[in-house]
Amino acid sequence: MRIQRFFSRSFVHFAVITIAFLWTLPTVGVLVSSLRPENDVKTSGWWNALKHPFEESVWTFKNYSDVINANGIDEAFVNTLVVTIPATILPITVAAFAAYAFAWMKFPGRDWLFAMVIGLMVVPLQVALIPILRLYTATGIAGTFLGLWLAHTGFGLPLAIYLLYNYISQLPADLIESAKIDGASDFTAFMKIVLPLSTPAIASFAIFQFLWIWNDLLVSLVFLGTNKVLTVKLSELTGSLGNKWHLLTAGAFVSMVVPLAVFFALQRYFVRGLLAGSVKG
Amino acid sequence: MSSQPQTGTQPLSGNNVGIVRMLLVPLALIISILVGRWSLGVMKDAEAPRLLVVGVALLVGVFGIWIAYWLCNELLNLIPSETLREKIRPIIFVGPALALLIIYLVYPTVMTAYYSVLDKNSEAFVGLDNFVFAFKNRTIQIALRNNLYWIVGVTTFSVVGGLIMAVLFDKVRYESVAKSMIFMPMIISFVGAGVIWRFMYASNPPGVGLLNAFISNFDYKPVAWLINKSVNNISLIVIMIWLQTGFCLVILSAALKAIPADIIDAARVDGASELDIFWRIIIPSLKTTILTVVTTVVIAVLKVFDIVFVMTNGNYETEVIANRMFTEFFRNQNYGLSSALTMILVIAVLPVMIINVRNARRQRG
Repeated sequence: MRIQRFFSRSFVHFAVITIAFLWTLPTVGVLVSSLRPENDVKTSGWWNALKHPFEESVWTFKNYSDVINANGIDEAFVNTLVVTIPATILPITVAAFAAYAFAWMKFPGRDWLFAMVIGLMVVPLQVALIPILRLYTATGIAGTFLGLWLAHTGFGLPLAIYLLYNYISQLPADLIESAKIDGASDFTAFMKIVLPLSTPAIASFAIFQFLWIWNDLLVSLVFLGTNKVLTVKLSELTGSLGNKWHLLTAGAFVSMVVPLAVFFALQRYFVRGLLAGSVKG
Repeated sequence: MSSQPQTGTQPLSGNNVGIVRMLLVPLALIISILVGRWSLGVMKDAEAPRLLVVGVALLVGVFGIWIAYWLCNELLNLIPSETLREKIRPIIFVGPALALLIIYLVYPTVMTAYYSVLDKNSEAFVGLDNFVFAFKNRTIQIALRNNLYWIVGVTTFSVVGGLIMAVLFDKVRYESVAKSMIFMPMIISFVGAGVIWRFMYASNPPGVGLLNAFISNFDYKPVAWLINKSVNNISLIVIMIWLQTGFCLVILSAALKAIPADIIDAARVDGASELDIFWRIIIPSLKTTILTVVTTVVIAVLKVFDIVFVMTNGNYETEVIANRMFTEFFRNQNYGLSSALTMILVIAVLPVMIINVRNARRQRG
């Protein structure tokens, strides 16, 4: 009995560690390669560097400085920030008001409109490309950051409203009712009570939206024109740099740094958001 | 959240429109117009420092929007009739969100449906010709076939894999670390994942790609993983499984933890084996969660475009609908066909959309 238990337990440990190791291997390979000198990358596999990890000649930061200075990754990085930050904050404001109204206000057609919001969560983004591009060209905001911010806001709204609604509708009804008895309007109740209490839900949506926009390729490719973001730049480099793996791996890692930092710093909220409903795919 | 609201101590005055606040309304209006104009000017200037643009956007975006909502509320308070005010207030709350949803999702869906029955340049009505062409065209047939492969392959492996991992990981102490490692691929972009896997699959220069180096140990010749038609679709599907399994793992593992421990303990006392517990208790309790995970993954797989775009751009018979749609739109400027392909995607997600709406309605009671 005891021996059997020991075997099954060590089997579980072995399986878990193997799976986790295999899953991480591709990413580790890219990280290691991005830190190796050009000649080494060309002539031998990245795992060879791990055989002599303490020799100084094995490691270098030159790939990073090369790809950042010569290939415009720095500008793409800033562009990505310019796109991401406002496009994360904008939908939250709009969605919070709407979520409050769906949860605590009575108005005709409320259920139908909410059903529409839920339905729109699964609509493929691709439907927006041609009509919105035509609209943008007609109004002159094609290729501007403003256009991209608004587009990301629009596409992020169904999920934002749904997540915030789930949270706001669970708040105790007494809270809002007693504020109203004290003479507060819906506006004051929302601003002073509901919004401060919704911070966790807002945080999890913000992380999703941030990562989603940071990693987006399609929307930026279509609407942003010459101001290239990291994903667009990187997909161009994979074409033009071909087998210059020392540069490509460094470029890929630059594009991954911020999402990884956000994920590891705010993991708690991230998981909560995942469980709160769904993810935009 | 259990704390009671502080009633009585601070009367919240919502409807007292003082003379100062009356003056604030036009002032806020003027300021937001000025800032708005200035920010548009800055944004049109291509040489403007990017970070300044972000600052302005934040200022205008966040504070501008707050001011707009507040302004509308103040204007509303000027209306003397209480019942009228209460009727208009919801419009202020949902109006902007609805407007954006209509502009960015409803209107485009309708327009795409309309474009799909027009010709290449959206000029003449051609009926269902675009759809007929799509189903007869060999490349698009391949794309449809691949989409099916992707759905079956990715969903099966990531859901089953996620489930097995959830059960295994549940038993170790370093669970959260292990889960983070599996989840990490979902955090990086598809493009980043593309670079990672191009590197894994590399066959040139020789000895650099891990997979080819590995199989050469067993005296196999290097394989061109992305070009060789017998393996390239599987190579792409593997990437997507690598990305999606973490999502399935997190959701399923949360549902697993929600199963009451005493049920499993009782079964164990009665002499049930681990396998019995898995099939008789765990699987039935997770049924709804599994369904949710499956639908989410299917939708994610249907919409995927980035991976194919970066890895092969649909060459060597690896096309999928979403990438074909992009190619027809961007390279061939065939708006009719491109819209028809998008409509195929929309029709494919329609059942899930209906299930979603129904579930949400049931939850609301």
